[in-house]
Amino acid sequence: MSKLHPRKLKTSKNCISGKVQELPPSGIRKFFDLIASMEGVISLGVGEPDYTTPWHIREAAIYALEKGYTMYTSNSGLPELRQALSGYLISHDGLSYNPTDEILITVGVSEGLDLVMRAILEPGDEVIMPDPCYVAYPASVYLADGIPVRVPTNEENAFKIKAEDIEKLITDRTRAILIGYPANPTGAVIPKEELKQLAELVQEHDLLVISDEVYGQLVYGVEHTCFATLPGMKERTILLNGFSKAYAMTGWRIGYAAAQTDIIKAMNKIHQYTMLCAPIMSQMAAIEALKGAGKEVQEMVRDYDQRRRVMVKGFRDIGLSCFEPKGAFYAFPSIKVTGMTSEEFSEKLLFEEKVAVVPGTAFGQCGEGYIRCCYATSLPEIEEALKRMGKFIKRNRPG
Amino acid sequence: MKQENTMQIFEALEKDARLTHAQLSAMTGIPEAEVEKTVKKAEKDRVILKYKTAIDWAKLGEEQVWALVEVKVAPQRDVGFDSIAERIYKFPQAHSVYLASGTYDVAILVSGKTMQEVAVFVSEKLAPLDTVQSTVTHFILKRYKEDGEILGGGEGLKRLPITP
Ligand SMILES: Cc1ncc(COP(=O)(O)O)c(C=O)c1O
Repeated sequence: MSKLHPRKLKTSKNCISGKVQELPPSGIRKFFDLIASMEGVISLGVGEPDYTTPWHIREAAIYALEKGYTMYTSNSGLPELRQALSGYLISHDGLSYNPTDEILITVGVSEGLDLVMRAILEPGDEVIMPDPCYVAYPASVYLADGIPVRVPTNEENAFKIKAEDIEKLITDRTRAILIGYPANPTGAVIPKEELKQLAELVQEHDLLVISDEVYGQLVYGVEHTCFATLPGMKERTILLNGFSKAYAMTGWRIGYAAAQTDIIKAMNKIHQYTMLCAPIMSQMAAIEALKGAGKEVQEMVRDYDQRRRVMVKGFRDIGLSCFEPKGAFYAFPSIKVTGMTSEEFSEKLLFEEKVAVVPGTAFGQCGEGYIRCCYATSLPEIEEALKRMGKFIKRNRPG
Repeated sequence: MKQENTMQIFEALEKDARLTHAQLSAMTGIPEAEVEKTVKKAEKDRVILKYKTAIDWAKLGEEQVWALVEVKVAPQRDVGFDSIAERIYKFPQAHSVYLASGTYDVAILVSGKTMQEVAVFVSEKLAPLDTVQSTVTHFILKRYKEDGEILGGGEGLKRLPITP
């Protein structure tokens, strides 16, 4: 037991493990304090819907509280919710997961990511992921003593991770591939045909796939393919999803993992000690969301689509080349014409025009030369931001 | 698909009548000329009835009294309720007029400057109409939500400026 005793605290620095000291803070939050102290800032730096949760979902949670649902649930989550998810996965994707031991309710995709990495990685195991990608991907691997291996993706290839590029990076330590499409920060979506090539590679090298599909319902004019539906992939895929984005439920902290029994059991083993269970009122709300929020989701998708068009066209009109995002709610325009780095650009834009964006480098080296702009923002704000950015580009364009 | 896109023009205009053709084109991906054609045609066909502004008059200190008036009428041969409805809707005091199912026949939303003004309209214009059998007037005490808008501002956005 002595190993579990706390170290003697000498200085405040000494009490932090080397591992955490070395973990870089999220690049997204870099300007946060600055922005909070400024007035009149239009922020395109957010990563969540500008809708509040549909009322009937909130009302279901209020009702649950009124009825006294304030206790723990089972570790794996309310049976009704797992049942509802199992039904959803069958009707939506044709995937059959047993609600008793193949689905785990988590505190958002965030917890799912952490659990799966801790469940499957030995120290030194490698997990391949795209660059740029969501900030928590490399961090979750690192915290589980794994090694994140980044596959460069680029605008020319529509920011899609390619099987041939992955193959070059596979070693005997490669354990899994981590993908998240539709993608944060690029809005990229990978068509089914190309995912099939990935699946073949996975089969050939006996790998696992962690697929974060939190933006799966937010696609515009294209179809999202759930990775587990590809031939032979259900056994190899850990499907992570949640209610944050599609149902505008970021603050509820509710998501789920679906995978083969062994993996779900292992994840649940960690979950029972570290989280115990997801909040019961959020689980009740999630049941209501699955029951009948289709119409609201559809309306939000339509609105995002309109704003997406306005933003992408707007960037092109002011002279920034912008890859057309097909999913999520981010545009990822190139700012290379200004000759500035992403960080310089973002900082200068904030000071001079009071528009907050996230430098592409927050998501990996391949994000250099790009900025992430969220279009889950009202149209008048998007238009005003574009106006300000237009002025900024005009001033800062060399030649 | 095309039909669905055109619908987006109307849905967007219903929420914000001031959107320009260029803005509508950017939002829907429909070329500007086509947006213009669609809107013009809709105006001509009276699909678009008018462009209006929702105003919270109370905030401007303007008194305005509203009443929901239930009217029981005797339907007439051949014309049913239509001819009495027409008689009623021509009064400018009748803001909205509906035929309703249930315990009464015609529902009218009446507006006026004062309660007196509304009362005079009901008792002197509406009630004496030939086929009107009875009226029940409900004065509106407080308006919470109108045309989908929450008066007084609703909840506001509580989002932080920077999140993952
Ligand atoms: C790609 C991606 N995955 C996961 C998350 C976190 O989701 P949750 O709220 O379910 O933890 C985010 C949030 O920004 C995200 O962008």
